[in-house]
Order: sequence, then structure tokens, then C-alpha cells
Amino acid sequence: MKPRHRRLLLILAGLAVLGAILALILNAFHGNLVFFFSPSEVAAGHAPKERTFRVGGVVKEGSLRREADGVTLTFVVTDTEKELVVRYQGILPDLFREGKGAVAQGRIGGDGVFAATQVLAKHDENYTPPEVAQAVDEAQKRKAIEATAKTLKQ
Amino acid sequence: MSHRPFHWYRYASPQAFYPLAGRMIPWFWALAAIFGVAGLSVGFLIAPGDAQQGEGYRIIFLHVPASWMSMFLYLVMAFWAGLGLAFRFRLSSMMASALAPTGAMFAFLSLWTGALWGKPMWGAWWVWDARLTSELILLFLYLGFIALQAAIDDPRRADQAGAILALVGVVNIPIIYFSVKWWNTLHQGSSLNLARSSMATTMLYGMLLCALACWMYAIAISLMRARRIMLEREKDTLWVRKELGF
Amino acid sequence: MYWNNLSDFLAMGSHGPYVWGCFVVMAAAMILEPALLRRSRKRLLERLRRQYRAEALDGKAARESSGECP
Repeated sequence: MKPRHRRLLLILAGLAVLGAILALILNAFHGNLVFFFSPSEVAAGHAPKERTFRVGGVVKEGSLRREADGVTLTFVVTDTEKELVVRYQGILPDLFREGKGAVAQGRIGGDGVFAATQVLAKHDENYTPPEVAQAVDEAQKRKAIEATAKTLKQ
Repeated sequence: MSHRPFHWYRYASPQAFYPLAGRMIPWFWALAAIFGVAGLSVGFLIAPGDAQQGEGYRIIFLHVPASWMSMFLYLVMAFWAGLGLAFRFRLSSMMASALAPTGAMFAFLSLWTGALWGKPMWGAWWVWDARLTSELILLFLYLGFIALQAAIDDPRRADQAGAILALVGVVNIPIIYFSVKWWNTLHQGSSLNLARSSMATTMLYGMLLCALACWMYAIAISLMRARRIMLEREKDTLWVRKELGF
Repeated sequence: MYWNNLSDFLAMGSHGPYVWGCFVVMAAAMILEPALLRRSRKRLLERLRRQYRAEALDGKAARESSGECP
């Protein structure tokens, strides 16, 4: 390849890369910086009504249910202040658990239920072996029981 | 001999730094190997599984070191490039150019290992959240730096142009780091900072050892590449001819 | 040692393909990079030696670098 052609190609490559960077930055500012809205933000009307968006929070314990058609799942996403019911047809990720974080992408329906097209599990930054996690869990439970016992005694 | 002051700035010339780097390189390879074997042993053979993620979490021993290196090397690269721009230190600019390909490699590895970690854990190979997007931008910055320098014939101009791009891109590094704190992201928060760690001790040690291994590797390979750049750029000088036996 | 047997180790729970997919690619990259660099260096040395030989034959005097200030 002629040196001049090579130079041109590389300048084009550089410009393409710069263009891609700018596109990514602009795209991020357009809406993706907020990866998901919390149920409170949805309740306050901050989330778009006509577009798809994502809602994130903790899956409420005991809220995961399979509907009568055998395919549709519903669960509740909470941020401890407000709740949002999510309806979803599809496979849930391995790490999806009640009491753990999740992010659902979809649209809010007229009935106030969030119709999700994708559900992702969000995990926290803790890394502990199962025995340690179990021990911590049991210690917390014991503390709670002791605290209740104390108040009862009084 | 013992009372002569150490003139460090002697090594700021390629001619003096070339043999010094040559002597240092084997030591860094040795350190990389030692830390690598230790870190991988701890991470893959000794550390227990994770309560949340099972055995798949072990990708952390590869993903986090790669991510840290991609960010750290960029800062070092921008530093040397800036020095070369401000003071016209030829060697500084050469060092910046030597770091770029390795930084790009680690950025790619961060994204690759991240994708293979995200699929089983999150349920997606890729999401456009703030951290992943800014790491992708980092890869593009590295590639842009390399392409820009390759496109410009005059080495001085190439150094200057690259330096400007590198310095402008520095703002991306704190964005990557603080993204999980500033915005709602799918990527979880940091497990390690100066105050505390949310990892079991064995897992933490494995991760730190692997990170050290990648750091030693990066130094070794950057010195090797810097030497190659020195030979190329200084090929018309006497010291290079002497080095090659002429 | 955490593992009881090799097949558990390779299976990595159920996440084997993901974990080893990371390991293999990263190892390959960190082996290829120095290998390619070594090859590039060898080629450069050959090219420079050829050039110096040609210049010596032409009787050109080597331009001495003044060891200019950094």
C-alpha cells in the first residue's frame, strides 16, 4: 500500500474512533446515564410514559408468582418506600432471587403494571463463602430474636 | 564512588535508559511470573466459592486486575505524554507510545471478561450502563491514540497530537471509577477501597496478587516496547549503531 | 486445595465455559503480546543491520548524534 494511502486510512481510522467516542458520550447523556429508575422515581412521574425504560430495586420477598397461563411471571420491585408490580414472560437469570436486586426493562402499562421485556439480576459487591454468609445470616436472626425477647420481657 | 551524587536525569536520555531498561526487564518478568502463579493458585485452587455467585465469581481474579491496569496505564501514559509535550523529553513521549498497546489490550480484556461474567450473573453480555460504556470509551481512546500516532509521519508532531488526545481523555478515568457511585448502574459498587473491603480475605489476597502480576507484566512489556521504539526513532545515531555492532 | 477432583475444577459450578473462556483469552493475550513484540524487534534489528551494512559499503560516514539534551 502506498504510504499516502496508509496515512489516509489511519487518519480515517482515528476520526472514526473519535466519532465513536463522541457518539457514545452523546448517547450516554441522552438517557443512559440513568441506567434505571427506582420505584419511587416512577411513582413521582420521573420515568418516561411512552418509551421503554428500566426500573431497578429489590425483589420483594414472597412476591414472585406464576400466573394462571403458566408462562407469565409477576413480582414486586421495591426500594423500601414505593413498590412497582412487574409482569414478565421469559426466563429469569440464574441469580434472580427474592430479596435481591433486579433491573427490568420495559414499559409501564395503563394499569400501572410494568410490562417487562428483559429482566436482569443485580448483585452487590460482597464476596463471601457460603458458610460465612450463612453464619452472618444466622447471627443477624439471633440478634433480632434476642431484641424482640428483650422488649417482650419489659 | 559512594560520595558521588546520583544523577537520575542521566537516564532521561534514550542512550542511557536503553541498557538500564534491558537490565530491568528480566526482573519484572520474574516478578510477574511469581505473583501470577501465587495469585492464580490462591484464586483458582484455594479460595472458596461465593455464596451469591458460586464458582463463576472467580472471573474476578482476571477481570479486576485487567480493569485496574487499563485505567492505571492510561494515567501513566497521559503523564509521560504530558511531560513530553511540556518539556520535550523525547524519552517521555516514547514511554507513552510504549504503554498504549498494552493499555488497549487490558481494556479489551476488561470488556471481554466482563461480558463473560455478566452473561451468567446479570443475564446479559452487555448493557449500556455508565461503567461499561466509559470503559469502552477508554478502549477507543487507546485505539485513537495509536491510530493518530501511526498516521502522523513526523515523530515530534505525532507525540504532540497523541499527548493532547491522551490528556483530554484523562477525564474519562474518574468517570469510570465513580460511575457506580454517581449514577444508577447495573455494575455493582466497589468491593475494595482504602477504608474497607467487602471480600473474604483469601479472595482479596488472590485478587491483589493477580493485580500485582499484571502490573509487573505491564512494566516488563512496556520497557521492551520502549526499547524497540528507541531503536527505531534513534536509528541514525551512533549509540544505536554501536548497540547493533556497527 | 478447595477442589475434590479435576472435573469439579473444570466445571466451575455450572460456569465452566465462562470462567475458562476468560482465562484462555487472557492467557493467550499475555503470551501473544510479548511474542509479537519479540518478532517485531527481531525484524527491526535485521532491517537496521541491513541498512547499516549498505551505508558502510557506500562509504557514508555515520552521522554522529551529539547526545543532545533530553
